[in-house]
Amino acid sequence: MDVLEKLTVLTDAAKYDAACTSSGGTRTAKKGYIGNTSTASAGCCHTFSADGRCVTLLKVLLTNRCVYDCKYCVNRRSNDTRRAAFTPEELADLTIQFYRRNYIEGLFLSSGVFRSPDYTTELMIRCLALLREQYRFNGYIHAKAIPGTAPELVERLGFLADRLSVNIELPSEAGLNSLAPDKTKGAILAPMRQIQTRNRQSREELVKYRHAPRFAPAGQSTQLIVGATRDTDFHILRLTQGLYDRYGLKRVFYSAYVPVVEHALLPAKDVKPPLLREHRLYQADWLLRFYGFRAEELLDEGTQDFDTRVDPKCSWALAHLDFFPVEVNTAAYETLLRIPGVGVTSARRILSARRVGPLHIDNLKKLGVVMKRAQYFLTASGKMAEGLRFTPDSVLRGLIAAERPLLPQQEAVQLSLFDPAETA
Amino acid sequence: MDVIYHYDGSFEGFLSCVFDSYAHKEIPAGFCSGEDGVFSLFNSRTVLTDPDHAARVLQKVAALSPEAAVLLRRGFLTCLSEKELHLFQVVAKLLREGPGFLRNRSDETLYPVIRAVQHLNGEVHLLKGFVRFSDLGGVLGGEIEPKNRVLPVLGGHFSARFHNERFFLYDRTHKEALFHVPGQSVIRPLADFQMAPPDKTEARYRLLWKRFYDTIAIKERENPRLRMSNMPKRYWGTMTEFQGAEHFIPRTSPGAVSGPGAPAGISAPGTPPPPGPSAPGSGP
Ligand code: SF4
Repeated sequence: MDVLEKLTVLTDAAKYDAACTSSGGTRTAKKGYIGNTSTASAGCCHTFSADGRCVTLLKVLLTNRCVYDCKYCVNRRSNDTRRAAFTPEELADLTIQFYRRNYIEGLFLSSGVFRSPDYTTELMIRCLALLREQYRFNGYIHAKAIPGTAPELVERLGFLADRLSVNIELPSEAGLNSLAPDKTKGAILAPMRQIQTRNRQSREELVKYRHAPRFAPAGQSTQLIVGATRDTDFHILRLTQGLYDRYGLKRVFYSAYVPVVEHALLPAKDVKPPLLREHRLYQADWLLRFYGFRAEELLDEGTQDFDTRVDPKCSWALAHLDFFPVEVNTAAYETLLRIPGVGVTSARRILSARRVGPLHIDNLKKLGVVMKRAQYFLTASGKMAEGLRFTPDSVLRGLIAAERPLLPQQEAVQLSLFDPAETA
Repeated sequence: MDVIYHYDGSFEGFLSCVFDSYAHKEIPAGFCSGEDGVFSLFNSRTVLTDPDHAARVLQKVAALSPEAAVLLRRGFLTCLSEKELHLFQVVAKLLREGPGFLRNRSDETLYPVIRAVQHLNGEVHLLKGFVRFSDLGGVLGGEIEPKNRVLPVLGGHFSARFHNERFFLYDRTHKEALFHVPGQSVIRPLADFQMAPPDKTEARYRLLWKRFYDTIAIKERENPRLRMSNMPKRYWGTMTEFQGAEHFIPRTSPGAVSGPGAPAGISAPGTPPPPGPSAPGSGP
């Protein structure tokens, strides 16, 4: 099989992994090396695929041969699909040649379990070592740590990659047991803990010795599949929160389950991927990471799933109308962040601008506040937006209408099931 | 007295105008660069670029606010209409009132400039990803078609990333190109430029990339509108994955490879293609 065909098979097999970002890493240009990773916070998208997703890295599997039999996966042992494998040399060459042409920011290397986790990881290490040592590649590398791999191998992988990830995929142990019989919760969590510990040690060493080798400097991430099992949003969000709190993860990715296989325990093949739900989870995830929200504020035992009609922040605001209106000239940063339509950037701009003089309603739009949403929840110098009259119901309608054009097409279609007229 | 300044269009030239307006106590009504004399009711005057004057203005601005100096530099690269007048007003306000207003983004003098610079920065950010290079016999070459003059900013990024490579990047809109050889980068005007067709190896990597691009999309999630809003169509013209079939067909005749594609300053990619059977005419 030639490289073009291999690339086709192994890209097709890798495309359901949502993680594709180069954020969080910095590698400054080094003499004699090619590349750098300089994207500070926002990752660098090199293109957007037809589904509108950002493409940053060459995302492929080393091989889609797999000895495991995870029910939800196209590459599972029992599935009849075309198999291929890159040699480490082929993949290193592709990466470098794509990188030189600025097609990509680096490599995202994942793999099916070929023979055993250790054997597969050794192949991955060979490819990455080739890139780093022979080609002197200084760009971004994200590598998958396969559950069950020997700690020494995870260790070596971590010194070659910028980011490591272990995919949890199924948000609960029950799901894991029924759908991924070869994997256990323990086998997934062990490398996550190891990566966290090594990463912390390496940071400490770096403080002492400037040239200490860096272990996965961009940290680790994971992915959760949404919609393959019956787990609720509340369950998923609390799991996420625990991963941020206790495992120091940089990102949790959510992947709306695309039914690729027929199985009694899985949604039927004609079920559409729950894109709107995935979207809401990303919004909530954002609130956990940057807005100081806790999972328990957004959902609880009584309300276990997100309102599909409005985003989680608006939803929280509507349930806490007594918190508002917030006066932008005096409120603390954390309080500003609670206003729908005020983001991290606009909150900072408000802080900076109000030191020069008192702010009025007509300043706010220029500071980046989305007034369509924010107007119901704030005052500036004691005044609300002029002529604004509303009831809780009309606020809800206004918020739904304000978000609709921003939603990706399909989400908007799913949402139109809840026509604002019906909710009035 | 209001006056229109004619100047050479350079940043230093603009700063020289600012210097003159203070030296002569004139209020600029407009700025004009290039040949086309504009008919106007205002007096007009030609200002010669004076590096010393320019440096004094910039020093004065930087002393009051280093951020303002950066804003001025960046602002001058934007496609904001009447950018000189807007920038002049920022300088005038800075000299009049001090740097306080710079902290208030919604300030009416500052806002248009900040917006324009943001537009420039946004374009730079996107282009860091969207630029495509071709390997022309060892020299990398690429083209862009930006609204703002992004090369001075973008150039730094690629010169660091590919510092061992030899490359050029041509700006179709502003007809200038960045040239880089290890240890050195320059931007030079370049009136016309035609990219050489790919050799066999180049055509192959283009095809591999196109295949990757087409395969990575998830059919069940197709969303053209989202793609378009993330990546406006005006960028597609220079991106490999959106080119027609001929972009992926190698031309193996040496004449075609080292044609007018090699810009001045970097030797033509002269390596003749390897002998062998004529290239397969495989499109994407
Ligand atoms: S281990 Fe499971 S999820 Fe991974 S490739 Fe094999 S079958 Fe698929």
